[in-house]
Amino acid sequence: MSHHIVEAQDLHFTYPDGTPALNGLSFRIIHGESVAVVGNNGAGKSTLLLHLIGCLYPTAGIIRVGDFPMTRKTAQDIRRTVGMVCQDPDDQLFMPTVYDDVAFGPLNLGLPPDEIEERVIRALTTVGALNLRDRPPYRLSGGEKRLVAIATVLAMSPSILVMDEPTASLDPLARRRLIALLATFSHTKIIATHDLDLALDLCPRTIVMNGGRITADGPTREIFDNQTVLAASNLERPLVLQGCPICGNKEKAG
Amino acid sequence: MTKIEAVLFEARALEILATQNTPIHRLDPRAKLLTTLIFVLVVLSHDKYAVPRLLPFFIFPVIIASLGNIPIGYLAKKLLIVSPFAILIGIANPLLDQTVLFHLGVIPVSGGILSFLSILLRFMLTVSSGLLLIATSGLSEICLAMGQLKVPQIFTIQLLFLYRYIYVLIEEGARLVRARNLRSFNGHGQGLTTAGPLIGQLLLRTLERARRIHLAMLCRGFTGEIRVMRDFRMQTMDWLFLTGWTTLFILLHYLNLPQILGALLTRIFPL
Repeated sequence: MSHHIVEAQDLHFTYPDGTPALNGLSFRIIHGESVAVVGNNGAGKSTLLLHLIGCLYPTAGIIRVGDFPMTRKTAQDIRRTVGMVCQDPDDQLFMPTVYDDVAFGPLNLGLPPDEIEERVIRALTTVGALNLRDRPPYRLSGGEKRLVAIATVLAMSPSILVMDEPTASLDPLARRRLIALLATFSHTKIIATHDLDLALDLCPRTIVMNGGRITADGPTREIFDNQTVLAASNLERPLVLQGCPICGNKEKAG
Repeated sequence: MTKIEAVLFEARALEILATQNTPIHRLDPRAKLLTTLIFVLVVLSHDKYAVPRLLPFFIFPVIIASLGNIPIGYLAKKLLIVSPFAILIGIANPLLDQTVLFHLGVIPVSGGILSFLSILLRFMLTVSSGLLLIATSGLSEICLAMGQLKVPQIFTIQLLFLYRYIYVLIEEGARLVRARNLRSFNGHGQGLTTAGPLIGQLLLRTLERARRIHLAMLCRGFTGEIRVMRDFRMQTMDWLFLTGWTTLFILLHYLNLPQILGALLTRIFPL
């Protein structure tokens, strides 16, 4: 299914103030793939994600989502297939109640009321937040906000899910639940994260970024086993791959 | 807890009251909004010396508060907090207008005192009815009702977003203030010199957040119009509420109820 492909060809982007953010990225993500985008702070991960949803446009190079190159004209259509989950759920939940918020996207798609109702219920059930439907978003806990933010995107039935730091500021149990939930999704997933353990659990493929360039792109396990690549990109091995600090330090990172 | 956070908790208390399920809460917000507007208009349209004539109007807030299960003590506290505004507006009246209108026993009552009392009564009536409107409907419902009454969306959306993000803004502000307090000692670092950058910082954060929210909205197909699923229907009860109260307000406006009652009493018990 060619329309779920995400492809970048020699992508360059410089912010209006002259800060270069992306310096020639090329990659191709096919239908159903789960890809982690990792990199230190300021590596350009978030800038890349903003390109995937048509909020920024490359200064040079092409980004294609599905059959369309990303331009101002096609952005509207592309956003129907790409669902973006923001890093801060407070940015994503702006309607008076959870229900209204999840219905916001489907309403904008112009769907009939029965279909909207059904989609909202289905999305909230999927993330296990149906009991929150009438609550105002500001009275939810951080973990609940995150789940609802994901439901708002699911209700639009995107084929590609783009997430910025999905596990940021979640407690360990909520994080574990979120990972289990994401693992059940069959969408193409592109996840920017500092949580390398999450990348290891969810994403067979990882793209490592540093200074606006791709420094490695391949199977997650191989990349995280490659100490030189990680060190060159200012990253540390995921905790699960580091040796146990108590019973033996054979595989100690660093 | 800082003052800012206390304000936040207060605002939330109002919102929690609005989630109750009483006959008043179940009414269509449009009926409540229109009734309250008419109430405020009628109360304000009395002449400036009206005091006894305003008293019967307390029936509206009292009945709404009791049926809507809103604690009167809570309302009174809220009224007390905003009362300085009303008091300041009227405080000079007794000095400016000293014409004696009548004597209450031996005490001369000047026009100024009457108009001051009148201002206070109007303030109590209008502000309490406004508070009750929010406490029995919730601000977001009122915004949606305004939208259905054809108020331009640019206003209702502004109000809706203001209300949604006032919490985020206050929390953000409270964090900034806490961070400053933790590192300022003996009154150093508390003055205007740090308040300036603090407010500037808050503005920048707000702008940045607004940008991100707009992005999130665009990502979900926002084209400049907010659509909402909820469909209000004015039921018989809603119409009864609206027309019943409106009739009463208009009657109270044209009939001098205290005078009629007084006349009735003096006829039954002639002096």
